[in-house]
Amino acid sequence: MTRKSRRLWLVLSCLACFAVASGLVLNAFSSSIVFFMAPSQILREPPAVDRVIRLGGMVVAGSLKRSLEGQTPINQFDITDGQAAIAVRYEGILPDLFREGQSVVALGTYLKGSPFSASEVLAKHDETYMPKEVADALRKSGKWDPRFGKPPSAESLDSMARHDTDAQAHR
Amino acid sequence: MPETLPGQPVKGAFLHRFANPGRFLRLAHWLFPLLSASSGIFLTIGMIWALWFSPADWQQGDAVRIMYLHVPMAMLASGGYAALALCGVLSLVWKHPLADLAAVEIGPVGAVITGLCLVTGSLWGKPMWGAWWVWDARLTSVLVLFFLYLGHIALIQAFDDPQRGYRAAAVLAIAGVIDLPIIKFSVNWWNTLHQPDSITLTHAPTMPESMLLPLSICLTGFSLGFAALVTGRLQAAILETRAEQMLTRRARSQNGLS
Repeated sequence: MTRKSRRLWLVLSCLACFAVASGLVLNAFSSSIVFFMAPSQILREPPAVDRVIRLGGMVVAGSLKRSLEGQTPINQFDITDGQAAIAVRYEGILPDLFREGQSVVALGTYLKGSPFSASEVLAKHDETYMPKEVADALRKSGKWDPRFGKPPSAESLDSMARHDTDAQAHR
Repeated sequence: MPETLPGQPVKGAFLHRFANPGRFLRLAHWLFPLLSASSGIFLTIGMIWALWFSPADWQQGDAVRIMYLHVPMAMLASGGYAALALCGVLSLVWKHPLADLAAVEIGPVGAVITGLCLVTGSLWGKPMWGAWWVWDARLTSVLVLFFLYLGHIALIQAFDDPQRGYRAAAVLAIAGVIDLPIIKFSVNWWNTLHQPDSITLTHAPTMPESMLLPLSICLTGFSLGFAALVTGRLQAAILETRAEQMLTRRARSQNGLS
């Protein structure tokens, strides 16, 4: 074995050991690395009453109720992960991206039996991008409603929008 | 039978071709203007397309245009660190002299790019998520990458003997490569506020062509610009060393004459 290949193997084996070590550390901490918990997780293992947790999921369509208490807006809505839903109460102004069917993360405390009282609500946006005109056309033709489910895939989107504009031109 | 001169490397000739700084200088002489010009052309077309002619997103509106800056910065931050680690391996295993010089020059460029990635991401996060910064796995692992770059810059200059600095920095660069898969897969392994990747090798992009095309042109432009910056800096560093050597030699010969 030449000196060069010995050095190469030394570097590679050190890197492999270090990779395994960091993999084990990340695995051990994986529950605290998670940024938010889903409603079904929280219902299964309710956290301590005074512990601040993050609740993440989709806003249930038709569940948002806005009201005013003096000058502060009160927002009540349900967050679901498809298996369970938790009611949330938040005093304050919601972010621009907040809407029914949107993924959100709420920071607050949870007491079983009463709504999750959020001190902060963050909107999460997904990895799909869609031009505004296409989204409007799809919504108008009734092919997709943002309150229910994910938008169609980007490939089908181009042809669908083209088809819609063609149909409108023929009418 | 071809004659081999004494002292000439027979094995690994390909790797050591560019160990000769003179050969690199001859290459950089035409490569640097080529890279700079093509980067300028791609960036002009890509940026005008991205900022004025590409469509606004249905939920993010015009704020989506930050993507055309943020995504290339994020990809180059990881790519630059991979290049730094490659230089580390070339330096530790093959004792490649140019790899050390390249590592010195890649570090600051990569650090600035990672800083820009964090800043543009923060500017994007405030209007979209409602927060400048959150401690989720993606954002934190990129912050770690930024500190790895800063550590590399500090370590490579921390020793009086440059060779020891190169060695220590190479070890740091190789160890830090563990952060790259963590950055890449953080959005799939854990629940994060940051959305998963829109462009992957295994799936179709979740982005219409009208956004994907300007993004790829911007990405090409920034990558060429990164390469141009590193080539130019490396060229300048070699020329600087040569000038210093010449001056010392002249001073020495003059002292000897008088």
